[in-house]
Amino acid sequence: MNTVNAKTVTAPPPAESIATLLRELVAHLRQNRTQLREEWARRITEAKLLTAMSREEIFAEATSVYDNYVEVLETGAVEALQAYARNLSERIIPRGVETDEVVGIVLLLRDVLARSLFAKYQTDFKKLNNILDAYEPAANRIANTVAVGFVQERERVIRQQQEAIRELSTPVLQVRERLLILPIIGVIDPLRARQLTEQLLRGIRTNRAKVVVIDITGVAAMDSNVANHLVQTVEASRLLGATVIVTGLSPEIANTLVTIGVDLGKMNTVGDLQGGIEEAERLLGYKVAQIEQAPQQI
Amino acid sequence: MEVPILKQGHYLIATFQAELSDADLLRLRDALVTQVGKFRSRGVIVDVTVLDVMDSFASRTLRDIAHMIRLRGAETVIVGFQPEVAFAMVQLGLTLEGVPTALDLEEGLLYLDQKTKVREYELGTLSRGRGKPLS
Repeated sequence: MNTVNAKTVTAPPPAESIATLLRELVAHLRQNRTQLREEWARRITEAKLLTAMSREEIFAEATSVYDNYVEVLETGAVEALQAYARNLSERIIPRGVETDEVVGIVLLLRDVLARSLFAKYQTDFKKLNNILDAYEPAANRIANTVAVGFVQERERVIRQQQEAIRELSTPVLQVRERLLILPIIGVIDPLRARQLTEQLLRGIRTNRAKVVVIDITGVAAMDSNVANHLVQTVEASRLLGATVIVTGLSPEIANTLVTIGVDLGKMNTVGDLQGGIEEAERLLGYKVAQIEQAPQQI
Repeated sequence: MEVPILKQGHYLIATFQAELSDADLLRLRDALVTQVGKFRSRGVIVDVTVLDVMDSFASRTLRDIAHMIRLRGAETVIVGFQPEVAFAMVQLGLTLEGVPTALDLEEGLLYLDQKTKVREYELGTLSRGRGKPLS
């Protein structure tokens, strides 16, 4: 086999003959459409790919992919397939279809078709070689196109989600005259930490805040960089004349802060948000009292 | 560029008008420390609202001013740090430890009022009142 391959590589068939071969190939694939399609769908189910989709859905998508595939072999233009791959990705990504599944099914189709070519030309070895020479580059290009289309779509979705998260980010809220709270939820990466600090410092200036309560109950852990950033935020707030109270430190974060050697004299911490707000009210001279007769509605 | 020092009641107020050279900062320091004694001021406010940058020399000089004035028997408060300046300073490790800071001039005056009242109370001079402001 190797020697034969080497010979064909040294003497590739001329361009016209590739076109002729592809035409013949396309005719063969059109003729056996039903059978090959079924074979392919069966192999997909067997390989346990696209488990998020029903058998009928797989068959319907397989038909479209098959037709697109044959068309690309015929015309050599991948634009329609690209558009289809993007469209398909848009539909199946939300259902949890993974990249390896998409690449897997396209490779399966390539194999199914190659097998049928082997079966058809098994008597004429030279012809088979020529057909495969024409088929393989085209098939690989198709596999490439579909995989790239899928990955690009995924990346687009990820970018979109990142933007959404950034916009949600974190509000700086005024709960009383001169008292701000900053509830932080989720993972803090350096970019978000920086954004938080900017928002907070600007909030202190615009609201003329004296006390800020930063609540990090919703933050499970932070690395030493972000912990350092938190300490810097506290110090920068002091330069603006505001006192920061940090509340809701998890044991892990407490550990991180101790490990980086934070000066506890600078950090004012209270167990939970309620305690933090009470402490802030004390600093500001507020006294919250329950009126004796509470309204009946409660 | 000279920094004007205004006398306001018992306080001295120095407002930066532009970026200062190192020599200007030292002149300001000497002037403030001298005038605190001359006017028997109880507090000094240094307003840095116009500054867009604060280098290590400036921040060390501010700290020196605060400490020297404390030794001369008065309080100092630095006011008007821009948010960006504050964060940049902290990142450079210039945290002005032990130096009181406030948001703006108004807050600085309030701070000094509180601080000097406590001091008068501690010194037992509150009952005599603050006396007539020097005119």
